[in-house]
Amino acid sequence: MKILTTPRMERCIGCHSCSLACARLVHKRLSWDTAGIRIRSSGGLSTGFEAQLCLACDPAPCVAVCPTGAYSQRKGGGVVVRRKLCIRCGACAKACPVDAIYVDIDEEPFVCIHCGRCVPYCPHDCLEHSEFSRGAAASGKEDAASEEVES
Amino acid sequence: MIRDHFKVLTVDLSSGRSTITEMDGRSTMAGGSGLAAMLFEKYAILDKQWNDPAQPLIFAIGPLTGYFPLMSKTVCAFKSPYHNQYAESHGGGRSALSLRFADYDALVITGKAKSPSALIVGSRQIEIRDVHYLWGTDLQFTGRALRQMFPGAGHRTILRIGPAGERQSPMACITADTYRHFGRLGGGAVMGAKNLKGIMIHGDRNFVLPDNKDYMQVFDKVYKDMTDTDMMSKYHNLGTPGNVRVMNDLKALPIRNLQATTDPAAEGISGEKFAEVALLRNAACAGCPVGCIHIGFVRERFQEENRYVYRQISYDHELVFAVGSMLGVMDCFEVLKLIDVAEKMGLDVMSPGVALAWATEAFAMGIITEKETLVPLAFGNSAAYQAALEHIAYGTNEFYQLLSQGTMKAVERYGGGDFACVLGQEMAGYATGETFFVSQALGLRHSHLDAGGYSYDQKPKGKTVEDAVKFLVNDEKGRVFLTSMVSCLFARSVYTDEVLGNCLRSVGYGTLADNMGKISEDIQRLRWKMRVRTGYRPESVSIPKRFTEITTWKGQIDKAFLASLKDEYSRRILEMAR
Repeated sequence: MKILTTPRMERCIGCHSCSLACARLVHKRLSWDTAGIRIRSSGGLSTGFEAQLCLACDPAPCVAVCPTGAYSQRKGGGVVVRRKLCIRCGACAKACPVDAIYVDIDEEPFVCIHCGRCVPYCPHDCLEHSEFSRGAAASGKEDAASEEVES
Repeated sequence: MIRDHFKVLTVDLSSGRSTITEMDGRSTMAGGSGLAAMLFEKYAILDKQWNDPAQPLIFAIGPLTGYFPLMSKTVCAFKSPYHNQYAESHGGGRSALSLRFADYDALVITGKAKSPSALIVGSRQIEIRDVHYLWGTDLQFTGRALRQMFPGAGHRTILRIGPAGERQSPMACITADTYRHFGRLGGGAVMGAKNLKGIMIHGDRNFVLPDNKDYMQVFDKVYKDMTDTDMMSKYHNLGTPGNVRVMNDLKALPIRNLQATTDPAAEGISGEKFAEVALLRNAACAGCPVGCIHIGFVRERFQEENRYVYRQISYDHELVFAVGSMLGVMDCFEVLKLIDVAEKMGLDVMSPGVALAWATEAFAMGIITEKETLVPLAFGNSAAYQAALEHIAYGTNEFYQLLSQGTMKAVERYGGGDFACVLGQEMAGYATGETFFVSQALGLRHSHLDAGGYSYDQKPKGKTVEDAVKFLVNDEKGRVFLTSMVSCLFARSVYTDEVLGNCLRSVGYGTLADNMGKISEDIQRLRWKMRVRTGYRPESVSIPKRFTEITTWKGQIDKAFLASLKDEYSRRILEMAR
């Protein structure tokens, strides 16, 4: 299955269009936090930007600690999210090795579901949604798919 | 957040107390420029000096901030140290989205902190912290220190001042997130007068979007217009410095204190030249996929053995004109060095650049000597100008103290008013003719963006005073609505009235959409009312002789047209202010 990666972050201009698109399209919110991909400067604006997002672990540490099955292993890496099952314990965010899960004011966790819907909104083509095999060359750009967060 | 009122955070630095107020006015004043003027009327003490501790420093966003692309600007309003009257200055960076996500429509700062302080604001945090140890540090150091002290990297704005703001120079800017500025009319001095070194706004909330398909569709239409059409290509490609060659070809580029309007040497600082040799990368305000910020680099050798440092400096047409063509500095790397010094000092680049152009001519004429200038000012002498910019920021001697108050303050003492390139404040980089000169000289912000006078100048001949005034008033009215949303004015070709109406309706502001004409007229009037009630007399504004001596592609300036236009526009402004 395809996953979202950020192979060209050196092109990022810090517009946050990807985060805003994820929040808008996947989570129906206006936000730059409650999104699967979040942008921050890597130590001040003169040093460029970095993206915080799920690396599509398999097995995923967040899945291992989720007590209810709200996070389950996704084929190809990452997680399938079932919001109804989440008890908002925050264990997933603590388990994530790269701080990819954002926990909002109501303790709800937000993580990339690798749907790729943010990709068309990046004006500099920093992002890629494609089949990914660790240790192999990138397979090239693919169109955005339409995975959903199950509510 | 979509709401039928304004949510305003007021912080009193003197007492350390804050208040959150819900205010009416959303359906009449919209936000941004309208909200700022409304808050100024409520909080300002019109007959007291700009630096009275009670005077407010206002930051306001609009109903569409964050909801649509390029709705990414913040309106800053204050009583200006430049003329002691109402002023607006617009800035971007992350300021607008940070305020949106901190969930305030406006932040109003009153009072004066007991010691140099930083204000930290979020949806769940309001703190005034003593940062006396940062007072006196340059703007870059301040930015680095504040970044490390507070949380929220990437999702916050850090507004700060440098030495010029601390010294309360009317040429001091407020810098937002390294590369953007509330540049003109001395907002930095207002922060300095409040003992406020920095403001950190953490955008830490999120909002449920309107539950309708319209919003998503309207968003995508606007987004495509911004990114997939050529409507924004000017800003995306060369950026505003693309104007340098255009103006130079038109004989409309102010050069060497406006002694000339065209020079083949200006090709050395054209947008094309910058892109070819000095452009390092681009950046964007949060919420803007266009990314007009152009960042160049300078590299300096600091040891005989090949050891270098490099610095990144953002450049725009107005900056390139002010410390480039206006100072006869026609090398893009030298221009970047000058911008860099101004940035560190927390100076607006335009005003000191134009002021130094006047000083250079005054120096050449013997009106002032090296006793005043301390360095041998001469067109093209970048090293001298780098030193002079620091002298302006620090107010090294009486001459620089006066010059840092504005060119006309130095003129009052030394003379040379005929060749001072001042149009209400130091001019912008367009010598297009009578309509622009009157527009900037009389305009509310004394900005080239108040109204498109420069484009009116480029229309075919046959214009009348009546027609020009009508254009200025109507164009300002349209822009005032945009700056109340708060849109970047670079997006004005995308955000037509129809598109703005669709945007407003899609998020639930149908009343605003249905009354755009009336609302913008009311906001326009209130702004002028604030300006006039704080002492503005448009009829007393003079346009220095230099502006009438130039030749553009159209030939000589029409002095009679200029004078009549000024008189008639003054009359209309006073009429609007009633």
